[in-house]
Amino acid sequence: MSVAEAGVTRKAVERTTRGQQVRELGFRAALLFSLSFGFLALAVLLIDVLLDGASLISYDFLAKFPSQIFPERSGISSSLQGTLYLMVLTAVFIVPVGLATAVYLEEYADRERWWNQLVEVNIQNLAAVPSIVYGILGLTFIVRGALDLGAVLLAGALTLGLLVLPVVIVVSREAIRAVPSSIREGSMALGATQWQTIWKQTLPGALPGIATGVILALSRAIGETAPLILVGAIAFVPFNPDPNPAEGQYSAIPITILSSVSNPDRDVQALASGAIIVLLAILLVMNAGAVYLRNRYEQKW
Amino acid sequence: MQENVTQDPEERQREASSSGGAAVPSIREGPVQTQALEARGQKAAGERHAIFGLEKVGVAYGGVPAVREVDFPIYQHQITALIGPSGCGKSTLIRCLNRMNDLIPAAKVTGKVNYHGEDLYGSDIDPVQVRKRIGMVFQKPNPFPKSIYDNIAFGPRVLGQKGDMDEIVESALRRGALWDEVKDRLKTNAFGMSGGQQQRLCIARALATDPDVILMDEPCSALDPISTGRIEDLMLELRENYSIVIVTHNMQQAARVSNMTAFFTVELDQDEKHRTGRVVEYDDTEKVFTNPGDERTEAYVTGKVG
Repeated sequence: MSVAEAGVTRKAVERTTRGQQVRELGFRAALLFSLSFGFLALAVLLIDVLLDGASLISYDFLAKFPSQIFPERSGISSSLQGTLYLMVLTAVFIVPVGLATAVYLEEYADRERWWNQLVEVNIQNLAAVPSIVYGILGLTFIVRGALDLGAVLLAGALTLGLLVLPVVIVVSREAIRAVPSSIREGSMALGATQWQTIWKQTLPGALPGIATGVILALSRAIGETAPLILVGAIAFVPFNPDPNPAEGQYSAIPITILSSVSNPDRDVQALASGAIIVLLAILLVMNAGAVYLRNRYEQKW
Repeated sequence: MQENVTQDPEERQREASSSGGAAVPSIREGPVQTQALEARGQKAAGERHAIFGLEKVGVAYGGVPAVREVDFPIYQHQITALIGPSGCGKSTLIRCLNRMNDLIPAAKVTGKVNYHGEDLYGSDIDPVQVRKRIGMVFQKPNPFPKSIYDNIAFGPRVLGQKGDMDEIVESALRRGALWDEVKDRLKTNAFGMSGGQQQRLCIARALATDPDVILMDEPCSALDPISTGRIEDLMLELRENYSIVIVTHNMQQAARVSNMTAFFTVELDQDEKHRTGRVVEYDDTEKVFTNPGDERTEAYVTGKVG
């Protein structure tokens, strides 16, 4: 009933109609329904994997090498260490390169210039390039071609680094941009140079955001499979990676998972579940670390 | 006020003498506006030494002039107030005086800004060196997200100043009239201070690098009247040792603290597209407020417009 129909006398407070209540409820139900897709998928994945693989998890599983003769006694030591080593090397590559790029784009680049705009658009595009394409790039220019490193761990780390570099750059730029310009002005007004201002004010202020971004980028990197296949990570490696990253063969957990599930032997297939649990555990720890860093150190301006 | 209670007698004496004792008018004593103005007028009538000479200074952002044809000297150990309506270019102008406008790529300065006879925009002048001599305090307090101590020590550290850092910090905080309030919590984060304290911290931070001039761009616009009063007292003290240029929207503030006042106004260009700021009048504060030479100044300072 509208006010006009009710004439002069109108109620102090209109009652909610039945229809409105139903619409409110319906809307809320639709939201929860959408939410349930993601939640259910994750739950099914976790339960399925835990049922298959939880019994495998033991110290031996982490410390032993894969065995083709006794799959039930296999471990994932070589691929676990390969993954951790890849992660460290990737971080060593992407942190300085990504940070320097972000600092240049935010603090030095003149956005009016066409070449800086071109770089900017390209970085956005690179973030969307499929990972297999990075694998081909790595194979062509890093494993063979210009760098000619061979199918070694360093080549894998560089390829994964290239893959996640755009993410690191974008996140770092956002973190740097979040430092208010009044801080930069305050620093410059005291006679600090631009370099001192960046090094002592802007970057420390942006660090929590940058660290969070780097962790999330690394957690994406260690889950990647396709590029590693192309740059020559090997499924069956019965030895730990060589300390020298430019020497020797290596494996990684996603590669182990892929080769295990594609093996006809059921016992070998079960290994995949165990490896998935280990990988998920690593990812969970990293993401929790990112959340912790953000909540604990994020600067409120 | 609590900080005066806790102050030790020697310190109080030192501060009193450094602030010139009775010569400096206090801003909240009695019916004193005009007396204060007179006292300052007499002082100002003595020998004046110009530190800045502005010659046809103009600033344009991306080709659009924001302020132009500014011509006046700024004197040593005086407080020079820049007043005028919003958009008249007074903040733009004050940022020319220590080359802060360099940080805005689109800004272009024309004319000459002479500082002790040197053209600040000369080709061999490093803006970083300019800012070492000419400090700045901003509209909104902008403490660094660090401890109070590190906020003060930042400037001396980046400039590589020699000496005992604890002493430098204490001296700067005393000059900023903040020492007694914060001496027991130097290591706490500056973000935990009140707005007025933060602004005095920013002033103390600027003092720590031992500048000759302090530029203040509406330093009290984010503060309550009590904090504002403290900062005005502080400015009057600092005038003994520093030259101060202040942009303010608060005409009472300009009348209370400044020796010289420049009144800016906004004019439409001939093509009636851009609004540009110009100086209408520059004179002793007393004259600008009591006997202005231009009717636009009079209308503004008496509150008829603006």
